[in-house]
Amino acid sequence: MAANRSSLLATALLLAGLVGVAAYNAPTPGQFGITLLSGLFQGMLLFLVASGLSIVFGLMDVLNLAQGSYFMIGMYVAYDAQHAGGVIELTGAIPDPNLRFVVALLMATAVGAGLGYALERGLLRPLYSRPIFQLVLTFGISLVALELVKFIWSTTPYSWTELFGVRESVFEVFGQRFSTYRLFVVAMGVALIIGIALILQRTRIGIIIRAGVEDREMVQALGINVRSVFTLVFTLGCAVAAFGGAIAAPFLGASTSQGSAFLLQAIAVVVLGGMGSYAGTAVGSVVVGLAVAVAQDAAIGTSFAVLPSIAPMLLLVLILLIRPSGLFGNSR
Amino acid sequence: MSAILSVKDIHTFIGQFHILEGVSAEVRTGEITVLLGRNGAGKTTTLRSIMGLNPPKHGQILFEGKPIQGKTPYAIAQMGIGYVPEHRAIFKGLSVRENLHLAERAKGDFARKADFIFELFPDLKRLIDLSGGNLSGGQQQMLAVARALVPDNRLLLIDEPSEGLAPVIIEQLMAAIQRLSSTVSVLLVEQNFRVASKLAQRYVIIDEGHSPLSGLMADLVTDSALIQKYLGVA
Repeated sequence: MAANRSSLLATALLLAGLVGVAAYNAPTPGQFGITLLSGLFQGMLLFLVASGLSIVFGLMDVLNLAQGSYFMIGMYVAYDAQHAGGVIELTGAIPDPNLRFVVALLMATAVGAGLGYALERGLLRPLYSRPIFQLVLTFGISLVALELVKFIWSTTPYSWTELFGVRESVFEVFGQRFSTYRLFVVAMGVALIIGIALILQRTRIGIIIRAGVEDREMVQALGINVRSVFTLVFTLGCAVAAFGGAIAAPFLGASTSQGSAFLLQAIAVVVLGGMGSYAGTAVGSVVVGLAVAVAQDAAIGTSFAVLPSIAPMLLLVLILLIRPSGLFGNSR
Repeated sequence: MSAILSVKDIHTFIGQFHILEGVSAEVRTGEITVLLGRNGAGKTTTLRSIMGLNPPKHGQILFEGKPIQGKTPYAIAQMGIGYVPEHRAIFKGLSVRENLHLAERAKGDFARKADFIFELFPDLKRLIDLSGGNLSGGQQQMLAVARALVPDNRLLLIDEPSEGLAPVIIEQLMAAIQRLSSTVSVLLVEQNFRVASKLAQRYVIIDEGHSPLSGLMADLVTDSALIQKYLGVA
């Protein structure tokens, strides 16, 4: 977790560069603000997928390719809970859309946690000594999850129609209207970044996780059941991803393509931030989120419509060329 | 005196390699037993087998009369065995305090043992908020031993504590191990025969995956032919 000076310098340069390009491209200060806010919004959603991916990878050496599916499932559960019809019918029981959204968030998070627990306990556990099998397993699970979602909710993407307080409201800066909901998501993301950091730094379970990332075997030899910590961390990682999907849904709707899109970007985040580094994942999420927003701006009116979706990987390649172990990684 | 640990004819494989081909050893309560032998003889693997990190395929390991082979490392540790591995395995990203707290098996273990630990290793008190990675080799070794003293362990397995340390530091460390052995039994791996012979009451020689010889240290130090044969030192 040690953030040395060159990590911070590289990060500062990168952020300054991205913000600079955003400012250069923006015709008005308001437009510049929109790019920044949408970058942060994107970055926080990425963090919710990437944090689980990163901590699980650091602690358990498992690259969970199903992490994006949990995000996608979170989207669908939240959408379904909020709107009339579908599998979960709450509109009658909870007429207030604000309260219903809170319930939808909790339900999505709980579903993510339950499915994460089932995957770790039921399927992953027998495979800890077989890394390739784990990759194939989690990839297979992501395909199964995708088909199941299509089966339950059909292949048509949903766009969010049931508005509620914070989703509707806007605020104005520099004569530009901003959606309060983006700000809400950014605030939630920041709260989680700080919350998870506090858990890692201050609690016994956090100390065990940090120690386990360094040397799992020694943690066991101290008399700590690492397997039960694995279950907890994996479950929480999936819950956070599903929560991410749920808070993204009011803006992005629910569609089957989001899972793999967020997974790919999250992998870029984890690698460019530095494998196993929590600070790297948090910073990497913001960097990639901003890069995507800047690329979206730059692509407007050009024939490079593909730029936003390849931006994370381009950035990854660029950073790895300069710092092979990522922004906050130590070569291990 | 009774044996706190007895290892009976264990066979351990690492991958396809048959590393231990029948090792037996005993640690008596309140004593220090040292495993002697050349590099690659199987001393570290013996400790790792006891700890369950490389579980033996055959043979029996009794701790306080109960079989522990086949248990998971954490269950073995919880029975009251502390492990101080080769190269210390200090958590470098954790502070000294966090390293010590991590070793607690019941809440308050460290608070109860702090006086004893700081008396043995006064340096650690001063370094308590430093991260493990910023300690010198000797300080890391002291932390590794201290960590094994936090819970109520009745047996410590200590692997090559003197490796790579300056003579002055080795002396301090050995004095500490001597003192702690009044409260806990020790199975020690030590290449430095001069150091080992002063510390241990008993020895077990490990040679090519076997344990051909064991006995009282006092008898071994006078037998230079034997020392030459198994340890290559005179």
